Amino acid sequence: MRTVIQGGRVIDPAQQTDRVADLFIAEGRIVGLGRSPSDFTPEQVIDAHHHIVCPGLIDLCARLREPGQEHKATIASETRAAAARGVTTLVCPPDTDPVIDEPAVLEWIRRRAKFAGQARVLALGALTYRLRGERLAEMAALKEAGCVGVSDGGRPVTNARVLRRALEYAATFDLTVFLTPLDPELGNGLAHEGPVATRMGLPGIPVAAETGMIARDLELIRDLGVRVHFGRLSSARAVELIARAQAEGLPVTADVAIHHLHLTDMDLTQFDSRCHVRPPLRGRRDQEVLRTGLASGVLTALCSDHQPHEPDAKQAPLGDTEPGIAGLDTLLGLSLRLVQDGVLPLPALIERLTWGPARILGLDSGHLGVGARADVCVFDPEAHWRVEPGSLNSRGQNSPFLDWELPGRVTHTLLEGRMVYESTRFGP
Amino acid sequence: MSTTHIQLDAQGRLLHFLTIEGLTYHHLTEILDTAESLRGVAERRVKKLPTLHGKTVVNLFFEASTRTRTTFELAAKRLSADVLNLNIATSSAVKGESLLDTLRNIEAMQCDMFVMRHPQSGAAEFMARYVKPHIAVLNAGDGRHAHPTQAMLDVFTIRRHKPDFPSLQIAIVGDILHSRVARSLIHALSILGAGEIRVIAPRTLLPAQVEDLGVRVFHHLADGLRDVDVVVMLRLQRERMEGALLPSEQEFFQQYGLTEERLALTKADAIVMHPGPINRGVEIDSHVADGPRSVILEQVTNGIAVRMAIMSITLGHHHARLTGEET
Repeated sequence: MRTVIQGGRVIDPAQQTDRVADLFIAEGRIVGLGRSPSDFTPEQVIDAHHHIVCPGLIDLCARLREPGQEHKATIASETRAAAARGVTTLVCPPDTDPVIDEPAVLEWIRRRAKFAGQARVLALGALTYRLRGERLAEMAALKEAGCVGVSDGGRPVTNARVLRRALEYAATFDLTVFLTPLDPELGNGLAHEGPVATRMGLPGIPVAAETGMIARDLELIRDLGVRVHFGRLSSARAVELIARAQAEGLPVTADVAIHHLHLTDMDLTQFDSRCHVRPPLRGRRDQEVLRTGLASGVLTALCSDHQPHEPDAKQAPLGDTEPGIAGLDTLLGLSLRLVQDGVLPLPALIERLTWGPARILGLDSGHLGVGARADVCVFDPEAHWRVEPGSLNSRGQNSPFLDWELPGRVTHTLLEGRMVYESTRFGP
Repeated sequence: MSTTHIQLDAQGRLLHFLTIEGLTYHHLTEILDTAESLRGVAERRVKKLPTLHGKTVVNLFFEASTRTRTTFELAAKRLSADVLNLNIATSSAVKGESLLDTLRNIEAMQCDMFVMRHPQSGAAEFMARYVKPHIAVLNAGDGRHAHPTQAMLDVFTIRRHKPDFPSLQIAIVGDILHSRVARSLIHALSILGAGEIRVIAPRTLLPAQVEDLGVRVFHHLADGLRDVDVVVMLRLQRERMEGALLPSEQEFFQQYGLTEERLALTKADAIVMHPGPINRGVEIDSHVADGPRSVILEQVTNGIAVRMAIMSITLGHHHARLTGEET
């Protein structure tokens, strides 16, 4: 299929492109920007006037709940939601059931994703067997099978000896290690430790539950020189630790979940279980420093930390609910709000959603250079939509952003040149 | 904190009784005055009023309790209500039906009031959010969050002995971190304009930035007790030793136990309170618990009148709302 996307404002951070131009696609790849390649007769024309044309978004952390928790969501349901919001690549952590610690599980996920055909699904393999933090997982086999990295899957390795060896072993096979720093003992609580948790009688999670782990991990990284990505930072102090490590030249990157840039612990004052997340929502200053960190590039990626739930999982007193927000549907809209809030300019924001995560993953993706895979998102930045239960595509309706007005309506999503989403005139 | 709390109707009247936080001086004095007028009922030959005749009150206890449940039961019976007691022991390991299912089932039995105790903070607000509009929810303790009827009976007891709150210095001693009693009492005392509220505990038993609640923090009992008018001792749960919060009961008693010598540091007419059940020799010495300054058993008696007051006020507002009457 030969496609031309006409007249849009093309933002491709990898090439530092930001101009109105036509984008030409053939055989699933980008074949030209601005000037038509010779002999190019389009079979499909997409009118993108007054729209933004950018690489398809890459979401570094999205739980698709399959295999193991199909009552919450499926690969088919969530990849469809992704396509409708301009996300073309999803990275799922290894804490599925069974855990992604052997190639067969990855193979199964890949088959399901291929069958669904709505988005590219990549997976992180387990760092340790069954994510128990005791024995190493078969990382070489996982890499050969196609895992794009290895991860603790939200269950930090508390044993420093095991972690050190796992880091070394992963580095042997040139695997990036994705860690989620939150000490399980110190982090055994429900809300950011501070006045709000005190007032509400919710067990607190101190900032040190996060920074203590990061500090330990950074010391191991300094010794070993291994490449590590820290996922879902929540505190100002964590951003400062990562910034200092980067300034020293350590090979570390980090991301933040979009909800940490819009919510704080104050949003828990009604015991709203939709705001129950791990790591917890922290204070106003933490949010400001996370925003600054995203703008300065200390945080190189912005992700949804998508965790869809069935209604029952959230309908209970806060402490009896499962943590997590279904974030895929609101990733782009909430991100664009950061531009409105003056946090960072639009091209930089697009970078944190595309080329930034692609570089963390070491992928030739997330850009619109000639020859690149044609994963493209077209959206109308001026069109606003209201977050309502009926407007969410994910199976998970657990969003604390209901009733928010968000900018950015996706009109077209292309996956390797193939249209996986096109908005109807009246639809979302 | 919120503009309209779920426990109030549009006119600011109590529909549920979930937390002291956010209530006004007027709310509290209305309860205290009503309780005062109901206190005489127990002295009568027939200890009953017809206020809740034909109403059904369900005591829904997800945590063990004798005193609180019994006084709620007595309060309901003295108001002529029918009472159903449900003790649902749960552990996180063995999950039974969901709270929402329990709620729907009891609702189906056509009840008018839920009195609930639950180990999770926010459980009472959760119930209030989901119950049918004619049902009142009374919080009998939710996690570490609130125990508002206990706070009301505490301030009721204080008021009977020392009615001038602005002149009072009150010390709350012990496990503030895990205490819903302390949180609710601090709010109630602040609303009533208490002169000074002190908390006395080791740092491990104080929640982060507790000063934000409007209290003065002391770590040493002798400093904190000096010249106070009221001492409120909190119960120390045995499991605190396992969580590495304290080394031993003995050491706790040595540092924070209320003895006669330490009581001598307070004002000469200071009263000693405890929400019960007391651990003799852990947080309080028997001589003090049974001594002349102790009003611990009076608290239990007052608990009935205070709970009667709260039950009649909330159900009265429900009735008014449903029939469109003004109260």
